[in-house]
Amino acid sequence: MSDRILVDAKNTFCPGPLMELISNMKMADVGAELELLSTDEGSAADIPEWVNKVGHEIIESFKEDDVLHIIVKKVK
Amino acid sequence: MHILVVGGGMGGTILANNLARRLSGELEQGSSKITMLSASDKHMYQPGLLYVAVGKMSTTELYRDQKSLLEPSIDFHVDPVEKFDLDNNSVTTKSGKKISYDILCIATGSRGNAAGIPGLAEHACQFYTEADALAMYKKLQKFEGGKVVVATGVPHKCPMSPLEITFFLIDYFKKRGIWDKVDLHYTYPIGRVHSLEPVANWAAPEFDKEGVTYETLFNMKEVVPGKVISEEDSSAEFDLLVTVPPHKGQQVIEDNELGAGGFIPTDKKKLNMEGRENVFVLGDTTNLPISKAGSTAHFEAEALGENIAALVQQGEPVREYDGKVFCFIEAGDGKATYAMFDYNNPPNPQAPTSGLHWFKTAYNRMYWASARGII
Repeated sequence: MSDRILVDAKNTFCPGPLMELISNMKMADVGAELELLSTDEGSAADIPEWVNKVGHEIIESFKEDDVLHIIVKKVK
Repeated sequence: MHILVVGGGMGGTILANNLARRLSGELEQGSSKITMLSASDKHMYQPGLLYVAVGKMSTTELYRDQKSLLEPSIDFHVDPVEKFDLDNNSVTTKSGKKISYDILCIATGSRGNAAGIPGLAEHACQFYTEADALAMYKKLQKFEGGKVVVATGVPHKCPMSPLEITFFLIDYFKKRGIWDKVDLHYTYPIGRVHSLEPVANWAAPEFDKEGVTYETLFNMKEVVPGKVISEEDSSAEFDLLVTVPPHKGQQVIEDNELGAGGFIPTDKKKLNMEGRENVFVLGDTTNLPISKAGSTAHFEAEALGENIAALVQQGEPVREYDGKVFCFIEAGDGKATYAMFDYNNPPNPQAPTSGLHWFKTAYNRMYWASARGII
């Protein structure tokens, strides 16, 4: 999908992938899809934990060339 | 070759001085020129605001005349840019001057945006401007005990500040002899008490030891009198709310539509604005997923200084920014530690020591030499 917002948080430690995702989610419009790229092993657990707690939606999650791709939809 | 530096904060100042030294021959001959445009004739040491907020530093220690920090060969003007015309390599300033450039460096920084969260600006203390830091100190002086909440927005400038202000508050309340009357509650946006896991692993037991309670995955949605409510449907009641507010880039960046939230899309290694080979971005102005911190701006400025000088003298850049960041962490009780990392190497902070606290205290004064490019 070409209009997805790409959040490239590969090889970053601070503020880290989840904080980057939260920042970009705040700037995005409701309905927007964001694709987070992360090399942090912890992202596989902590990203879905926050997304589900707030009530957004995980569209897809997969790993490619050691990079975790998590696609999230802002629903509110 | 005309190099235009927009912004006279830490990044812009270190870059301009670095370039002035590397290009001293070209500047003397007149084949190159460096111009800096800033919104102020004063330069603020922004990390000092944390200390002002708890009475550890006076506001007079925060400032120097900007011109006194710059190499004499830099053409400095207090005349902020209002319009960027990147297609025609020119800017228009507040006074109406149109200035052309060959190379543009944007270092306009970021600003607190408490207004982005309903009720936050009205009900919280913050310390990201001189006026706010002073107001926070005055409010602390009148505080006699109760529930204190620390709440952090994203993105924010200085990733260590949520922890540092918390440890400084513990020191402050102990010094005033009212710590036993204070319930201090720390909240943080992600699932641990700091974004850096080793730092979080050190800080959480320190909080436990001091009796500081904490809640993670707490992102402020709204503040009403006496209560901060999170997007995660939680809340915390307070008598005193201290916030590290969410930040955004400068208005001029938003007005010129250079990047969402006022942050300019930037190549993480070359530091050029995406799609623009002669426009470079540094410090808080970038959209890079790294710490918005003075040291980030400093190391980016050093990489850019070397590269832009090489571009002028050889036609090609010579190095890439490696993502280096170095942050002191004030740990309270007269101790400090630090975190150093880059794109490829994670941090490994050591236990806080009094020696590092005194080194940080010394750096608060050595900063002026750092801005001049001497150290």
